[in-house]
Amino acid sequence: MLTAQLDPLAASLFSLMAIASLVLAFVMLGSRWLNNYLYAFAAESWIIAVLSASVAYYGGYPELYLIALLTALFRGLVLPFLIWRIMRRLDVSRELHEILQPSSALVVGALGVVFALIVAYRIGDSIGLASRVAVLALTVMLSMKLIGFLMLAVRREALSQILGLLVLENGIFLGAQILIPGMPLLIEIVILFDLLIIVACFGVLIQYLVANVGSTSSRDLKRLVG
Amino acid sequence: MAGALLLIMMLAPALAALGCAVFRGPRVAELLNLGAAVTSFAAAIPLAVLSADGPHHYWANYILIDMLGAWVALCAAIVYLLASIYAVGYMRLIGEDAKLWGFYALFALFALTIFACVVMNDAGLYWIAVELTTLVSTFLVGFERAAESIEAAWKYIIIVSAGISLALLGTVLFYWSGSFVLGPTYQMTWDVLREAAPKLNPHLVTLSYLLVLVGYGTKVGLAPMHTWLPDAHSESPAPISAMLSGALLNAAMLGIVRYLAVADGAGVGLLARTTLVAFGIASLLVGTLFIVRQNGVKRLMAYSSVEHMGVIALGFGFGGPLGVVGALYHMLNHSLNKSLMFFGAGNIMRSLGSKDITSLRGVWRLFPVQGALWLAGAVAITGAPPFGLFLSELVILRAGLTQSFAWAVYIMLVLLVVIFVGFLNHFRVMYFEPEGKQTAVRVSAWCVAPMWLSLIPLFILGVWWPHAIWDHLMAVARMLAGAGS
Repeated sequence: MLTAQLDPLAASLFSLMAIASLVLAFVMLGSRWLNNYLYAFAAESWIIAVLSASVAYYGGYPELYLIALLTALFRGLVLPFLIWRIMRRLDVSRELHEILQPSSALVVGALGVVFALIVAYRIGDSIGLASRVAVLALTVMLSMKLIGFLMLAVRREALSQILGLLVLENGIFLGAQILIPGMPLLIEIVILFDLLIIVACFGVLIQYLVANVGSTSSRDLKRLVG
Repeated sequence: MAGALLLIMMLAPALAALGCAVFRGPRVAELLNLGAAVTSFAAAIPLAVLSADGPHHYWANYILIDMLGAWVALCAAIVYLLASIYAVGYMRLIGEDAKLWGFYALFALFALTIFACVVMNDAGLYWIAVELTTLVSTFLVGFERAAESIEAAWKYIIIVSAGISLALLGTVLFYWSGSFVLGPTYQMTWDVLREAAPKLNPHLVTLSYLLVLVGYGTKVGLAPMHTWLPDAHSESPAPISAMLSGALLNAAMLGIVRYLAVADGAGVGLLARTTLVAFGIASLLVGTLFIVRQNGVKRLMAYSSVEHMGVIALGFGFGGPLGVVGALYHMLNHSLNKSLMFFGAGNIMRSLGSKDITSLRGVWRLFPVQGALWLAGAVAITGAPPFGLFLSELVILRAGLTQSFAWAVYIMLVLLVVIFVGFLNHFRVMYFEPEGKQTAVRVSAWCVAPMWLSLIPLFILGVWWPHAIWDHLMAVARMLAGAGS
């Protein structure tokens, strides 16, 4: 276990980064400008890359340097670039008809974090975890999951939904770096590539939406019911 | 030998997809895909037989052929073959010859990704394979480019990707729980997980299992995560509907079954089973409600898939040898029968130019032969004898009575009766209600032949449960139960 024998500096560094990415998730939740989502997502990805590198350094997992590099490259540069290109083509810059106001969404998100914290503490107690970092990682992982689902649920724009999905993935990836740094390299790399393909598919589908449905808002997707 | 067969089964669709992209002719693409389907089918049968020699591992343990996987692969190969035959006739009716090579390339890739799900031995790679099936099939769902198809494709990819990300979280947590026992780095194969199961922390396993169940359950179409299913199944071209329903859902169910065995081993089996049974009952209930008041003919079939996935979930949830055997037999029967139903629905829709039950009339008079086949299929899918689904549902019911799930059995019985009445009532309307003036477009023999090919085995499986199949399924049940000891 990595988290069992951490020196205090590393532990606080990991905690800091985990919390920073959680805060960035809240930035996404509290804004209605698509630009802000994108910047927050890119920043979050860079934080995860730095986290991978520091886990590699403190935990002695040299292969994680490669993951850090790939994360920075794919999640930090390529994915935001792809999404930025879609955004430029679409000419949609903000959410117009969200179901929940950003301010209320923040409150619901905070409740989600409390719930995640309770679950994480219970699991941590039952395993008898000595380290608080693992509990924190689990909390952040579950909260980002809940926040991602919240974004999917209360936002209408196709792009916000893609970014919501990416927040879900980021949360898992962040938690995985701390909880299971020894995860086989092959799996991590394949998941990274998989994400690229997903976003590329979304890009194509959005074009179809524009061409055939004439809108990228899920408000206009209500032909199929019952 | 088994390795060679596996390679043939996987390479055939891969090469066909490549060939479609190289030659780009509609007729060549048809031929290539059909050839691949025949080859995969021909390889899947001996593969299922050979899998009895004990599990075979390949490529540094990343690939596994066991009796369970080989069975699901066989179901998928059967549907792939039937759908490929049907697609030849059906896709010509659509009249998009210029784009047809792309359709068949994706079709073959779709089959390939389903086969890949089935043989993955690593839980992480299995997740990736399932995700890939979504990405490939999204474009098949949206192939017709109508606003409805694109809407269905968008809902499909968003809902299923979100759902399956829960399964990824569950997979990560399973890995974490294993790392307390097996050390920080290990290969998370199904066997390793099952062997480590008794030493895993039960709370963590419960959390992970529930996440995995909801995640892959989304892909299986268990209610209440089924919302993408009726849209995607009804708006995609009919051969794709058959593949989605008959092959893809089973491949996703496989993951749940494998994790269920781990949960059993970790001593949280009762909770795991009860949740699965609850999802099964919910699916049956949702299926029933929407079947009774349905107007779209393909949506009717789609909700019937929700119902049957619920039945399969009940079978695995009840557990015991009978439950597992019944559920696996139900997979095969459902694959055959649902293909038949979607083929029939596709034919009728294309012939009469409507997808609403209220405007489809006089099916019996206009199409005596395929109308009879479709009606027989409808009787079969509601679980009436003498067809295969009757036998498998009976076995699942009996399995439930011998375990502690009698309450679920009674609910299931009532709902099955309601479905029987509701489903066949729609057919009464389409077949026997007085009709207006209708002109029908004839469909080619390509569209009718696969209906025969699925109905005849379905009938045979209903009157005679081959001993070889029974033994095979019993062996799977023993393998899954062995995890607990």
